[in-house]
Amino acid sequence: MQQSRAETGTPIPAPAPAAAPAGEPAPTGATEIFQLRGLTCRYGGFTAVRDISLDIQRNEITAIIGPSGCGKSTLLRCLNRMNDLVEGTRVTGEVIYNGEDIYAPHIDPVEVRRRIGMVFQEPNPFPKSIYDNVAFGPKLEGHRSDLDDIVESSLRQAALWDEVKGKLKQSALSLSGGQQQRLCIARALAVEPDVILMDEPASALDPIATLRIEDLMEELKRSYSIVIVTHNMQQAARISDKTAFVTVRVENETDERTGELVEFDDTTRIFTAAADQRTEDYVTGRFG
Amino acid sequence: MSSYPGSPGGARGVPPADAGGPGGPRPLGRARTRPGEQAVLWLLWLCATISIVTTIGIVAVLVFESIPFFANVDVAAFVTGTEWYPFAEPGTEAFSTGVLPLVKGTLVVTAIALAVAVPLGLAAAVYLSEYAPSKVRQAVKPALEVLAGVPTVVLGYFALTFMTPLLRSLLGAETVQIFNAASAGIVMGFMIVPIVASLSEDALNAVPQALRQGAYALGATKRVAILRVVVPAALSGIVAAVILAMGRALGETMIVTIAAGNLPTMTLDIFAQGQPMTGFIAQTVAGESPRGSVVYQSLFAVGAVLFAMTFLANSVAQWVVRRFRQVY
Ligand SMILES: Nc1ncnc2c1ncn2[C@@H]1O[C@H](COP(=O)(O)OP(=O)(O)OP(=O)(O)O)[C@@H](O)[C@H]1O
Ligand SMILES: [Mg+2]
Repeated sequence: MQQSRAETGTPIPAPAPAAAPAGEPAPTGATEIFQLRGLTCRYGGFTAVRDISLDIQRNEITAIIGPSGCGKSTLLRCLNRMNDLVEGTRVTGEVIYNGEDIYAPHIDPVEVRRRIGMVFQEPNPFPKSIYDNVAFGPKLEGHRSDLDDIVESSLRQAALWDEVKGKLKQSALSLSGGQQQRLCIARALAVEPDVILMDEPASALDPIATLRIEDLMEELKRSYSIVIVTHNMQQAARISDKTAFVTVRVENETDERTGELVEFDDTTRIFTAAADQRTEDYVTGRFG
Repeated sequence: MSSYPGSPGGARGVPPADAGGPGGPRPLGRARTRPGEQAVLWLLWLCATISIVTTIGIVAVLVFESIPFFANVDVAAFVTGTEWYPFAEPGTEAFSTGVLPLVKGTLVVTAIALAVAVPLGLAAAVYLSEYAPSKVRQAVKPALEVLAGVPTVVLGYFALTFMTPLLRSLLGAETVQIFNAASAGIVMGFMIVPIVASLSEDALNAVPQALRQGAYALGATKRVAILRVVVPAALSGIVAAVILAMGRALGETMIVTIAAGNLPTMTLDIFAQGQPMTGFIAQTVAGESPRGSVVYQSLFAVGAVLFAMTFLANSVAQWVVRRFRQVY
C-alpha cells in the first residue's frame, strides 16, 4: 500500500485534526505540517534554543543549518518529543503539528513519534537481522501477515532492496555504514510516518553514499515531509526547499550560549540573497 | 636504504628540515636496556605462571587421588549407580558407590537457586539500569553487593532457622522435612542474586543509548524498547551472568551442609533431604575417615566430578559470550 501511495504521488491526507478546543486558532492551512510558536528548550537551567517560530510545509524538504552547538539537534528533537527522554528537559511554546500542539497535556508522545519518524546522525540499526530491523515498527502496530510486503516496499523506497534482497536474515551489522543508514531510513519508512526528521543523516558517509541518500530524499518528499539538519552547505543548497539558519547568541554578562533563529526563507534566497548579514557570512564560509 | 630519512646526510638527498643548523637534527638515541622494566616483566610472568600451575596442580591431585578409588570401584557403577553409601565395608551388601544421588542433590539445589535468582536478579538489573534514577542506582548497587559478602555460614543458619520454619508453617510440617533441598536452594538463590543482578546490569548499561533512541523513534513504549531491543542486545552478557552464578551455586558448600541434610537420595521431592556433592565432601572431611580408605578416596572422585561440572559451566559461559556477543 505504501507503493501505491508513492506511485500515485498523492500527498498523505492530513489526519483530520482533532476538534480544536474552543479558543484555539484554527489551523491556518493544509500546507503547513508544523507551526512552531515561541519554542524554547531548556536542559536543566541552560537554555539551548530560545523563541523559535517558523512554519514547515508539507511535502517539502526543510533544512536547518548553523554552527556546531547552536541547537539544531535540540530543535529537531523537539519536533517529535525525543527530548522527553533526556532527564531535566523543559520545552515551552507550541509545536503545532496538523493543527494540534504536540506538547498539549493530553497528547501521547509515543503516538507522536509513530507519526513523526527520525533518522539519526550515526546509523543505529538494532543488532538483529535486516528483516527484523525493518519489521520492528510494523510489528508494534500489530502487522503480521503483510510484514513481508512492508519490508520489501520500505527497502525499495530506501533504495536498498537490490543490495540486500538475498540476505534479509543476515545481521544488519554486517552492512556497510551507508547501507546501515539506508536501512535506518527504511526502518523509519516502514511505520508510514507523516514526517521524517533527519539529523545529519549523511555525516558518517562518503560522497557517493551521501548522494544516494540525497537522491532518496528527493524521491521521498513526494510522499513525506522532511526536516533535515546538516552541516553541509552544498547539501542544504542542493536538496532543500526552505532553509532555517540558527546561530548562537552569547549573552555578554552571563556568557550563556543560546540558539536563536536568524532567518528562515526559501533556500535559494538564503544562499543568494540573505536578508541578514550573519546568514550571508555563514553560508559563504565567512563565519567567525 | 639503510639510513632513515632525516638522519644526517639523508640518503634521499632531501636536506633535513633544519639543514644549516650547526649539528643537523639530533640523532635517535641508541637502544638502552631498562633493568627495572625487565624485572617487572618477569614478576608479572611469574604471577601468571603461578596461577596457571596452581590450577593444573589441583586438577592433577584430583585425578591422581581418584585413581586408587577406581581400582576398587567400577567406573560404570560410579557414573550410573543410583545409590551412594561408601561408608560400608567394600564388598558388603550395603557398600554402594553410584554418584548420581549426589549429582542429583547438586542439580536440584542449583536449579532452585537459579529459579529464585534469575527472575529476581534480572528484574533488579532492569530496574536499576532502565528505571531507577541515578541516585537510587548509586545507592542500591553497592548495597546489593553487600549481600554477596554475607558469610555463607550465616546464610546456612538463616536457611535452617528461618527459611525452613517458614516453609514448614506455610506448607505443613509433614510436607517439609527439617533438612531439605528447598530452603537451602532458596537461600542460595538469594546469595547469587547480586551476581546475576550486578553483571546483568553491566550488560544492560553497555547497550548504547542510540539503540534505545532508535526504538523510541519508531513509536516504541519504554517497556517495548526494553523487552525487544535492550534485553536482546544484552543477552550474551545476561546469559554469562547466569552461568557464572550457576557455577557459584554448584560449588557452594556451607549452606547445603547446614540446611540440606546428609542423605543422598534419588527423590525429586525438593522438601526432602538431598545431599549434594559439596555437602558430602564437607561432611566426610569433617568426620574421621582414615587416609587410604575407600571413603577417603571417594572424596577425590566426587571432587573431580564437581570440578568437571563447574568447568563445563564456565566453558559454556565463555562460549556463549563469544558466540552471541553483539557488536553494537
Ligand atoms: N542532553 C543534554 N543535556 C544538556 N545539554 C545539552 C544536551 N544536549 C545538548 N545540550 C547542549 O545544548 C546545546 C545545543 O546542542 P545541540 O546538540 O542541539 O547542538 P547542534 O546544533 O546539534 O550541534 P552539532 O552541530 O555539533 O550537532 C549545546 O550547547 C549542548 O551542549
Ligand atoms: Mg547535532
